[in-house]
Amino acid sequence: MALLEVKNLAIQFGGLRAVDDFDLSIEKGELYGLIGPNGAGKTTVFNLLTGEYKPTSGIITLDGVDITGKKPIEINKAGIARTFQNIRLFKQLSVLDNVKIGLHNQYKYSTVASILRLPSYYKTEKEMNEKAMELLKVFGLDKHADVLSSNLPYGEQRKLEIARAMATNPKLLLLDEPAAGMNPNETEELMENISYIRKNFGMTILLIEHDMKLVAGICEKLTVLNFGRILTQGDTKTVLKNPEVIKAYLGDE
Amino acid sequence: MKNSKLTKQSKDNLGTIAMVVIIYIIVQICSAAGLVNSHLAGLLVPLCVYATMAVALNLVVGILGELSLGHAGFMCVGAFSAAFFSVAHADTMNTFPRFIIAILIGGLIAGIFGFLIGIPVLRLNGDYLAIVTLAFGEIIKNIMNVLYIGMDEKGYHFSMKSANDLTMTENGKMIINGPQGITGTPYDATFTAGFIILLIAVIVVLNLINSRDGRAIMAIRDNRIAAESVGIPVTRYKMLAFTMSAVISGCAGALYAHNLASLIATPARFGYNMSILFLVFVVLGGIGSTRGAIIASIILTLIPEVLRFIGDFRLLIYSIVMIVMMIVNWNPKSRAFIEAHNPFKKKEKEVK
Amino acid sequence: MVSFITNLINGLSLGSIYAIIAIGYTMVYGIAKMLNFAHGDIIMVGGYLAFTIITTLGLPVGLGILVAVVGCLGLGVAIEKIAYKPLRNAGSPLAVLITAIGVSYFLENMALLIFGSDPRIFTSVVPFSTVKIGPFTIPGTTIISIVVSLLLVFFLQMFVNKTKPGQAMLAVAQDRDAASLMGISVNGTISLTFAIGSAMAGIAGVLLCSAYPTLSPYTGAMPGIKAFVAAVFGGIGSIPGAMIGGLLLGVIEILGRTYISSQLSDAIVFSVLIIVLLVKPTGLMGKVTQEKV
Repeated sequence: MALLEVKNLAIQFGGLRAVDDFDLSIEKGELYGLIGPNGAGKTTVFNLLTGEYKPTSGIITLDGVDITGKKPIEINKAGIARTFQNIRLFKQLSVLDNVKIGLHNQYKYSTVASILRLPSYYKTEKEMNEKAMELLKVFGLDKHADVLSSNLPYGEQRKLEIARAMATNPKLLLLDEPAAGMNPNETEELMENISYIRKNFGMTILLIEHDMKLVAGICEKLTVLNFGRILTQGDTKTVLKNPEVIKAYLGDE
Repeated sequence: MKNSKLTKQSKDNLGTIAMVVIIYIIVQICSAAGLVNSHLAGLLVPLCVYATMAVALNLVVGILGELSLGHAGFMCVGAFSAAFFSVAHADTMNTFPRFIIAILIGGLIAGIFGFLIGIPVLRLNGDYLAIVTLAFGEIIKNIMNVLYIGMDEKGYHFSMKSANDLTMTENGKMIINGPQGITGTPYDATFTAGFIILLIAVIVVLNLINSRDGRAIMAIRDNRIAAESVGIPVTRYKMLAFTMSAVISGCAGALYAHNLASLIATPARFGYNMSILFLVFVVLGGIGSTRGAIIASIILTLIPEVLRFIGDFRLLIYSIVMIVMMIVNWNPKSRAFIEAHNPFKKKEKEVK
Repeated sequence: MVSFITNLINGLSLGSIYAIIAIGYTMVYGIAKMLNFAHGDIIMVGGYLAFTIITTLGLPVGLGILVAVVGCLGLGVAIEKIAYKPLRNAGSPLAVLITAIGVSYFLENMALLIFGSDPRIFTSVVPFSTVKIGPFTIPGTTIISIVVSLLLVFFLQMFVNKTKPGQAMLAVAQDRDAASLMGISVNGTISLTFAIGSAMAGIAGVLLCSAYPTLSPYTGAMPGIKAFVAAVFGGIGSIPGAMIGGLLLGVIEILGRTYISSQLSDAIVFSVLIIVLLVKPTGLMGKVTQEKV
């Protein structure tokens, strides 16, 4: 049984079918790429998977549980975490606090404990700090823990978003153009980071990316979207050789 | 690194608490030395009330990031319910326990109102939310003016038409008398009581902000969609911040009521103008800063008094000071100028 | 039945004054993206200007109205230039909101200094006191208010939809940066909006004081808030919405005062607003905008 199973997913905005007849199956531990030209509906797929949009039809199951039509909060609790194409950090909070907010549902103490500063407050906060620092270290952000998140350089903001998503302890991680706006060095680092979390956290990852070097470098399987429909899917190598994919990307010569 | 983080936050909080304590001590020394005239002394309790209101509203405006223009309504509910309790038990209880219970009742009833009003209001966004809170505040004020409650040996009597409709026995005692409000609330509010309430409000709010719940509330303010994406129950935390703020406002109102000979729900005391005044404290104090909100409430309450010597012009000057302060503080150019020339400025860390 | 219709007409009269104020509110909100809390006080200034010319100086009524309208127009533009413009890029919409509150205090206290706190009795500018139509006796101010507000809405709609400056207003309301890139003067458009909105507040001031002749420094505050409610009611940013919102509000207020409770009329008005917003969170004619993820 695959970790994520999507069948016949479709959404209609007014008269436009933004995504139609979308199937996807991701096994546990896989690194899966979702590619396609601009406007193909990739982010819409993410918004459907995370509950931002309600699908017009189709079924989404995660680890055998039907999550179709659930709200973003419930879907995160069910085990999907994501990053955003247009970075959405908690800008007025520190890097550390951003990750600690991701830990919100893993570490709990009562409101009374926080107001009265009971021992459970100190104990849990300490554990949260340690866990958050551990995650920040993975992305080399530990040295900036105190910095306001909006003061981070662009590339590091993207990494912080991944760290925050990881903090929710997901089964499946969705990355929306993680390398967008990064220079080749940063992209290289990011690829290492992604491989690391896969290896050490056993994370299953679905990512949208335009950087073909990254896609070809780390993704095992690909789905290519064009005009809201699947053009082809399968092994990365096979897919990238497909003349239709090349045509969709480069246009008719 | 993480340890320095914690101490930095606690240092900041301790600074705010210390500031409140120091102001209290200075005022006490000045008044012992005879430096506080009776007029200024009369302002001390209202000052505590306003500062507490500013702390409460800052929780909604600065931390939750929603604009409320109805907080005077929560203060009104707290004031009336607490005064009601005190008047009803004026002869049967000792001052100290009665006053404490009155404050708690004020907070509790205002909290219930905050919770009930929060359910519909917090579904709205931005300016729509602001106007609905304003509407609720006005409705509360309006209703208080048509409320008649009396008490006799048979129990409480209630009416929304007139005092005669209460049909009380001869021994009946009027508690809330429609537009005349509540008279004879015991003068239990002292500066020390006000100081303690303010101090508790500050500690509660700061501890809340610097906790798991506080972070969740600020996450909603900074980016609601991202907060949902990491599983933060948005509605629950909006309700928590709003209700908590209403509770504190209710306590402030209870304090206020015990400083007034007659408690009437006039527009000047509990209308939208008052809610707006609290908002002015929060914004001038630097949105989100508890310390700033307290300082702004003190300064803006004292300016008209300091300006008393210029007579009729004082309120005009007050409004001009307000406009100029806003422009100087918030205009991008003047802000850059102040930052460039401020030797006391704390360096904001930035990663290159 | 006759009394009900008379009340309804009175409601429409009050509502049409709210509508004129609400349109000013809604235009400024739509284009400058700010709640101009001083808008209600401009009404009061209009009332005092007309009062000074007509009653104190004994000059012709027409001149009084003209001075009120032109004076308010100038005042509105000046307030925008001096107090609001420096905060247009302040980063927080609250900054300019608080400044507007400061301006409101300023205008009220200025009026207090010049005219004192005792209310003045305003003489109606409408030359005929009542008109009898069948069984109904309708006050002249009522007819004038309704007619004037309808005309204003008509001309304003024409102006916004058919003229170049009007189109520029729509463009600035939709996207300030894009409008600026298209060569539209954003500052000029915002000034124009304040000019129109404030001139309308001047007219509203004269009408309001003709219908309710006591004039004090706080005359404009509550109608200002009510008009703001009307604007939200109709869907803030929409001119027809403000008109409908204003009329409905006036009718609800008068009918509520007559048939339910005179003391609770404000509570009734605000309750209706709350109910409307809970059913339709962006007002009657407001557009729903959803944040793009």
